[in-house]
Amino acid sequence: MSDQIEPIAPREISVHDVEFEQVVQNGQKGFFDQLQGFWVTFITMFKKVNTVQYPEEKEPTAERFHGRHQLNRHEDGLEKCIGCELCAWACPADAILVEGADNTEDNRMSPGERYGKVYQINYLRCVFCGLCIEACPTRALTMTNEYELADDSRSKLIFEKADLLAPLRQGMLMPPHPMYPDMEDVNYYRGDVKGSHPSQDVQK
Amino acid sequence: MSTTAQLIGADPGWLIIVKAALVFIVCVVLTIMSVWGERRIVARMQQRSGPNRVGKFGLLQALADGVKLALKEDLIPAAADKVVFILAPIISATTCFMSFAVIPITGEVTLFGHKTAMQLTDIPVGVLYVLAIASVGVYGIVLAGWSSGSTYPLLGGLRSSAQVISYEIAMGLSLVAVFIYSGSMSTSDIVAAQGKWWYAVVLFPSFVIYCISMVGETNRAPFDLAEAEGELVGGFHTEYSSLKFALFFLAEYVNIIAVSALATTLFLGGYHALPGLGFTETWLGGWFTLIWFFIKVLFFFFIFVWLRGTLPRLRYDQFMQFGWKVLIPVSILWILVVATLRVLSLQGASRAVVLAFAIGIVIIVMAVNILFENSKTKKKNMPVAQSAKPSFAVPELPIQVSSISVSQKGGDRV
Repeated sequence: MSDQIEPIAPREISVHDVEFEQVVQNGQKGFFDQLQGFWVTFITMFKKVNTVQYPEEKEPTAERFHGRHQLNRHEDGLEKCIGCELCAWACPADAILVEGADNTEDNRMSPGERYGKVYQINYLRCVFCGLCIEACPTRALTMTNEYELADDSRSKLIFEKADLLAPLRQGMLMPPHPMYPDMEDVNYYRGDVKGSHPSQDVQK
Repeated sequence: MSTTAQLIGADPGWLIIVKAALVFIVCVVLTIMSVWGERRIVARMQQRSGPNRVGKFGLLQALADGVKLALKEDLIPAAADKVVFILAPIISATTCFMSFAVIPITGEVTLFGHKTAMQLTDIPVGVLYVLAIASVGVYGIVLAGWSSGSTYPLLGGLRSSAQVISYEIAMGLSLVAVFIYSGSMSTSDIVAAQGKWWYAVVLFPSFVIYCISMVGETNRAPFDLAEAEGELVGGFHTEYSSLKFALFFLAEYVNIIAVSALATTLFLGGYHALPGLGFTETWLGGWFTLIWFFIKVLFFFFIFVWLRGTLPRLRYDQFMQFGWKVLIPVSILWILVVATLRVLSLQGASRAVVLAFAIGIVIIVMAVNILFENSKTKKKNMPVAQSAKPSFAVPELPIQVSSISVSQKGGDRV
């Protein structure tokens, strides 16, 4: 083996070998052809205006538009968030703050051991990249199509857990309440829980 | 029948004040409406809807902008020359209103029981007065650019003044033909002289030159190099804010209306009705002529907006070349032709002589044009001079490029 690296042979192909096609360059247009532009602007005046009258009329966003986040619930109302902080770690803008806490028997917010006690998203930092959604192991965090996120102070744009939580739907119970009878947390994640059980309704 | 000058000369003092106030109000209202109109029309040309929030159809938009400007903080840069800095917008705004004084807006009407015409004053050199006032208006721009004590405004101010001055020459020359034909410099006489044929038809080349130079004169697109946003920020008014900026803004639009009104007066028969509709001039006791006047002014205004919506901005050297090497020589030649024709007809030359002269001119112009084109093609076909190879290393040219070439297969670049 030679101790010298063999130099790469110069490429055989040169500019001259490439097949070229002449493109006709018409050059400057005549005076009357140049006047066509005036016709274009004139006729455009009578075309339908493209503007959406935004605050009065709202057009739906694209289906998968990245809007405000939402913290989802299981079908019986328990929160999906387990306070693992993976979203916060994934966030490139450091916009998410999560503090987890232990579930106890008389204060159960989510199936399993832990739940997200504090959940904040700072919408002044969020870049809506969706990496948090990809990171979430329980599909607790998703994004909605809501885009009207302007406000007049910094503090108002830090959304708390209460602002982000999905509303209770039909058949859901407001946590804290116990898990569905005879169901483990794994059953929850598999989607075996289809609704709440009367025994879960402890507040009654 | 008395002339307009005599008619206006008999005005009592209070009527003059009323008319001055009316002219001022017309200017301001027209300005406000034209700002709105321009934005709406340009928006439609770009398939947008334009301002439509303030008032019905956004009609009060310009008013709202004015209020906003008035309430803004009025900054004077530390490097600025204070007195001149404050004086400049005042000069700009006042001069543009002054040119309206000689514009005849209506024919003979009755105002508060007095027979008069809606024209503030009629001086024998009315059009010269307008040109003079426009030249004074340039001071506003120059001084604003200079007194700001900043680079971009200075450059913008210089460009602006160079532009206005050079286009004013072409403008003035285009008006000479009108003077020769009407035999007067008074605006009302010029309007009266157009009773039969508008000068836009009779003196078509003058009309075209005037139309081009009035766009240059008012610093409007495509000749708005003075405020080329990409190069000069805002041009001469970069450092201005609040009411002082509002004055410049006002001046620009009043200027547009003023040159449009002058064009109407000199070339489109002023307040006269369209040909064939002459009977409308007596409607409403003569006040209907006001409507004809404004229709014509707004027509010019629409042209301004249309130009802005269509054409890109010119390069500075092209713009100057066009002004000095095309517009001015052409208008000088045209004046020569018009003057000769006029003298011929005044001295009772026969129709055949006039016709022969006109045909001679046409032949000469065509001959010159052919020679010009020939030399152009000759120049184009001349081989490019090959210079000796330079002593320093230069990369080898891949191919002799005479036209752009692309590879044969669409996306298949090697």
